[in-house]
Amino acid sequence: MVMLAPVQASLSSLSLHGAGAALRPFTTSSSMRQRKCTISCRSMEAGVGIFGTKAGMTSIYKDGNMLPVTVVALEPGNIVTQLKSEGREGYNSVQVGYRVVPDRKITKPERNHLAKAGAPPMKFLREFKVKDTQGLEPGQALNIASMFKEGDFVDVAGTSIGKGFQGCIKKYNFHRGAMTHGSKSKREHGSIGPGTTPGRVFKGVKMPGQMGNERVKIRKVEVLLVDEENGALVLKGGLPGKAGNVLEICPAKIVGVNV
Amino acid sequence: MNNFQNIIKKIEYKFSKNQLPEIKVGDFIRLGISIQESGKQRVQPFEGTVIALHKAGLNTTVTVRKILQGIGVERVFPIHASCVTSIHILRRSQVSRAKLYYLRNRIGKATRLKEKFDKLPPIWVAKSS
Repeated sequence: MVMLAPVQASLSSLSLHGAGAALRPFTTSSSMRQRKCTISCRSMEAGVGIFGTKAGMTSIYKDGNMLPVTVVALEPGNIVTQLKSEGREGYNSVQVGYRVVPDRKITKPERNHLAKAGAPPMKFLREFKVKDTQGLEPGQALNIASMFKEGDFVDVAGTSIGKGFQGCIKKYNFHRGAMTHGSKSKREHGSIGPGTTPGRVFKGVKMPGQMGNERVKIRKVEVLLVDEENGALVLKGGLPGKAGNVLEICPAKIVGVNV
Repeated sequence: MNNFQNIIKKIEYKFSKNQLPEIKVGDFIRLGISIQESGKQRVQPFEGTVIALHKAGLNTTVTVRKILQGIGVERVFPIHASCVTSIHILRRSQVSRAKLYYLRNRIGKATRLKEKFDKLPPIWVAKSS
C-alpha cells in the first residue's frame, strides 16, 4: 500500500497524473519500466488528518435533543513519520502512522523508515496531501485537542461493510419484476442498453457485483465532543464499517472556505 | 473491543443524570416534563403507571400509561433527557411481569395492581442549569 522509497518520478510525469490518478500505480518512463511508483496519498486535504478506530455508536443529549453519535477511539500512534515537499517529491504531504505494534509485526524496511523519524513501529501509514507542511516535523505526535474542537466539521474515510456479490435490486435499488404470471424476470436487472446501434454495452452500466468493502468518505461530519482524557472523538451520525474499523479523519473540505 | 466499550461508557456517563431514583415496572410515577409553549418554558406533569422499562444506559426509557378521559395514553420518556426535570415515585406495585402490556386490554377496576408498601425513594429534581 505504502511505497516507502522516495518517488522516483520526474516532475512532469507527476503533473500528468493528478489527484484522480493518484491511487493507481504507474510506470514513469521506458527506462524505468521495472520500477512502479505508487503514490499513497489521495486527493488534497484541507489539513493534516489523524487516524481513529471506530469504537461503536450511542446517542447523546445536546441542547435538549438526542443525537445519534459514533465514538471514535484513538489508539496509540498518530505520529508524523515523514514530510514530503514540492521540491523533493513533487508534492507536499504529511505521512502519519497509527497503531503502535511490537517490532516483529512490521517488516524491516518499514521499521527502518519509522526509525528514521524517531517513531515507534506502527501498523498503518498514510499520507495526507496538504498545501504546506509548516509547523510539522517527523516524530511529532498529533494532538486532537489542538486539531479539532466542538462544532468543527470533518471528513471521515474508511472501508464500508462488505455485502458480497449482490444483485441490482440490493445494490442499486432496481425494481423487481413480477414474481408470478409466467414472469421470467423476477430479480433480473432488465435491459442493459440499445441493440444493433451501437452494438455494444456502454461503460458504467449498473450491473450486479461486489457491494461494500470499499473505501468511502463521508463529508462534513460534525464534531460533538473532543475527549482528550479518554482519547476519543464523538462525531454525529454513522461512519463507515463496523466497530474496530480504522478511519481517517481530516478537517472538512468546504468550497470557498478552505479549498 | 472491551476497551472501546469502556470508552463509550465513560462518554455516556458525562451526559447521564446522576442519582436517579430506581424506577420499577408497576410503579405509579409523576414525571415533570418541561415543554415549550408560546415561547415560554414550563413544566407539565405526567402521571401514570410504568408498564415497560427499556434499560439501555444513557438511552434508558420508561413507558408510562394512564387513562385520560377514558382513552388510554402511553408516552415513552428517555429519562436521561433534559426535558425530564423531576421524577416522583408515588406508589409501588407487586407485579410478576417485566412488561405490563396486558393492562392495555383491561378497563377500570381490572387495571388495579397489588400495592407493595416499600420505602419509596425521595423525589428527584434536576438541578437547574
